[in-house]
Amino acid sequence: MIGTRPPHTLSGKHPVPGAGLDAELRLKRGRFTLEVHLSCPPGRVLALLGPNGAGKSSVLRALAGLVPLTGGHLWLDGWDHTATAVEYRPIGMVFQDYLLFPHMSALDNVAFGPRCQGSGRAASRERARELLEHMDLAEHAASRPRQLSGGQAQRVALARALAAGPRMLLLDEPMAALDVSTRAAVRSRLRHLLEEFDGVTVLVTHDPLDAMVLADHIVVLEGGRLVQEGTPAEVARRPRTTYVARLVGLNLFRGRAEGDTVTLTRDGAQVGPVATVRVREPYQGPALVAFPPRAVALYRERPQGSPRNVWRLRVEGVERFGDQVRVLLEGALSLAADITPAALTELEIARGEWIWAGVKAAEVECYRF
Amino acid sequence: MSRRDRRVPRTRSGRMPWVLVLPALAGLLFLVSPFAGLLLRAPWPTMGRRITEPEVLAALWLSLSTATVATLVSLFLGVPLAWMLARTEFPGRRLARALVTIPLVIPPVVGGVALLLVLGRNGVVGQYLHSWFAITLPFTPTAVVIAQVFVAMPFLVISVEGALRGADRRYEEAAATLGASRVTIFTRVTLPMVLPGIGAGAVLCWARALGEFGATITFAGNFPGTTQTMPLAVYVAMQRDPEAAIVLSLVLLLVCLAVLAALRERWTNP
Repeated sequence: MIGTRPPHTLSGKHPVPGAGLDAELRLKRGRFTLEVHLSCPPGRVLALLGPNGAGKSSVLRALAGLVPLTGGHLWLDGWDHTATAVEYRPIGMVFQDYLLFPHMSALDNVAFGPRCQGSGRAASRERARELLEHMDLAEHAASRPRQLSGGQAQRVALARALAAGPRMLLLDEPMAALDVSTRAAVRSRLRHLLEEFDGVTVLVTHDPLDAMVLADHIVVLEGGRLVQEGTPAEVARRPRTTYVARLVGLNLFRGRAEGDTVTLTRDGAQVGPVATVRVREPYQGPALVAFPPRAVALYRERPQGSPRNVWRLRVEGVERFGDQVRVLLEGALSLAADITPAALTELEIARGEWIWAGVKAAEVECYRF
Repeated sequence: MSRRDRRVPRTRSGRMPWVLVLPALAGLLFLVSPFAGLLLRAPWPTMGRRITEPEVLAALWLSLSTATVATLVSLFLGVPLAWMLARTEFPGRRLARALVTIPLVIPPVVGGVALLLVLGRNGVVGQYLHSWFAITLPFTPTAVVIAQVFVAMPFLVISVEGALRGADRRYEEAAATLGASRVTIFTRVTLPMVLPGIGAGAVLCWARALGEFGATITFAGNFPGTTQTMPLAVYVAMQRDPEAAIVLSLVLLLVCLAVLAALRERWTNP
C-alpha cells in the first residue's frame, strides 16, 4: 500500500551491497562523541532506547542528514547515502511534536512531500487523500493542524512522512506529545501502521514500553555508545547495564485475551502447562501483556487470597544491579522479578529452586496486539 | 464572572508605585499634546477648501505612491537580505549586518548627500547611468523612491530578520526531510510562518518612507508635483503660510492613523 520512491539521480550516490539499513555513524560535537553501528532489514522496526543525552536524537538527525557525520557511512537499500543532502535522501521523518505546517490543511501537509518530489498538484493531493483515508482521517483533510487531536496529528505526520514513498522512516519520540490516557490506543494503532511499511523504520524513544510494543529490534544507547541490542524480549530479560535494567525492566508476553484472562502464546523457553494471566481491564482478542519486575512478589509458600496471578517457577539466575536484585524465573512463563537484597536473604533463593511468584491483576496491563 | 471575582487580583496587586506612574503619565502627555495643539490651531472653517487645493492633493498623491513603491522595493530586496542575515553563514555576515543598520543611525541628510555622490549626474555610478543609458536620477520621483528605500529598508530588514530568528527552524528541517529545496522551503514554509513579522516590518518601512525628509530634499529636491512630498510641502508651507502647514500635517496624521488602524484590524483578526 505504501509505495516506493524512484531512485534518485541527483544525489551522487553509488551502489553498495545489501538491503535495508547499514549505518556506521560517527559524530563529534564538543566533548560529546557518538559511535554507533546500526543495521536493520527492510520491513523491520528498530528502536533506539536510552536516557536523555545518550545521543538518540543525534543518531536520528544524522540518519536524516540534518547533522553531518564526522565519519562512517550510511547505506540504504544498496545505495551509499553518506554524502546525500537531506532533501535527496529517501527518508520520511516524524518529529517529536509532529511539526505539521500550521498554515496548511492536513491534506496539504501530506501532499507537501509528493509536490517536492515533482508530482503534480492534483496527483499529490490524490495521493495525500488516499493516505489520509487509509489512516481514517478522511474527514480531517481540510482541518488545520491545531484543530487535530494528538493521535490524529501523529497520523497526519506519519502520512506526511510516508507520502513521498521513503525507504526509511524516522520517528523521534512519536508518543511523547500524547496524553497518557490516549497513549496505549495510539501506540497499538501506530504499530499496525508501521507493520504495513515495507522500508526500514528507526524510532527513538525513552519509554521502554514504546520500544517493546513498536520495535522488532532494540538498540540501547548510553553516552553515545551502543550498550546493548537484541529483541525486546532479550533486552528486557537480560539487561546488561543498570540503566537498561531499570528502564527496560518489563515482563512482556503475547497472548489471547478473553475478558480479564489472557492465555499466553507458548515460546521456546517454556516448560510445563500454558500460562494464563489475569489483567486489569477486560479485553478480547490478540493482546500484549506487560508488567514491571518490581510488581512481582516472590514467596516460599503459595500465597492465599487477593485477586492475583500466581505461578510456580524455577529460579534461573540472580543478578544484582544498584540497590536491587533481579531474579530471573523460568517455567510456564519467563519472568523477571525485582526484590530487595533483604528479601533475597530472607527467601534463601538459590538457582534451580522452585518458588512461587505473584502479580496483582491491577499491575498487569493489556494491549491490543 | 461577577464583579467581586474580578476585583480580587486588583486588591492583591497593591498600589501602583508613583515613581513609575508619574513619568509614564508625563511621557504619554508629551507624546499626545502636540497633536492636541494641531487640532486646536487648525483652521477648521477653511479646511474643506484647503484640503482640495491641487498642490495639496499632488503632494499627498506623490507621498502615498512613492512610500508604497518604496515599501514594495524594500520588500523585494529586504526580505531576501533578512533571510541571508538570519539563515546563512558567510564571511563578513556580522559586518553586513552592521552596514545594514547604518542608514538607521546616520542623519538622513547625510544619506541624501551620499546618494547624490553615488547616483548624481557626476556621481560614481550616476555618470555611467547618464552617459550609457541617458538615465538621470536626481530630482525625479524615482529619486524620491530611492531616498525612501535607503532610509526605510533597514527597518524592514531588522524586523524581518528578528521574525526569522524567532521562527522555529525545525519546520524548515521537516520540509527538508520531505525533499523540499531551499527555495521551496523559503516560499512555502518560512515565508508564510513569518508573514506577521514581514507585515509589521512593511508598516514600519512605509511609515518611515512617508515621513522621509532629509534624504529626499537633498537627493530629489523640492519640486512641487514631481518631488515635493507631504513632509516637504509642510516645511515649505510653514515658511509662508503656517495655517496651510497645519492642514497638511493633519492630513498626514489622518492618513497614517487610517492605514495603521486598517492594518491592525487585519492582522489581529485574521
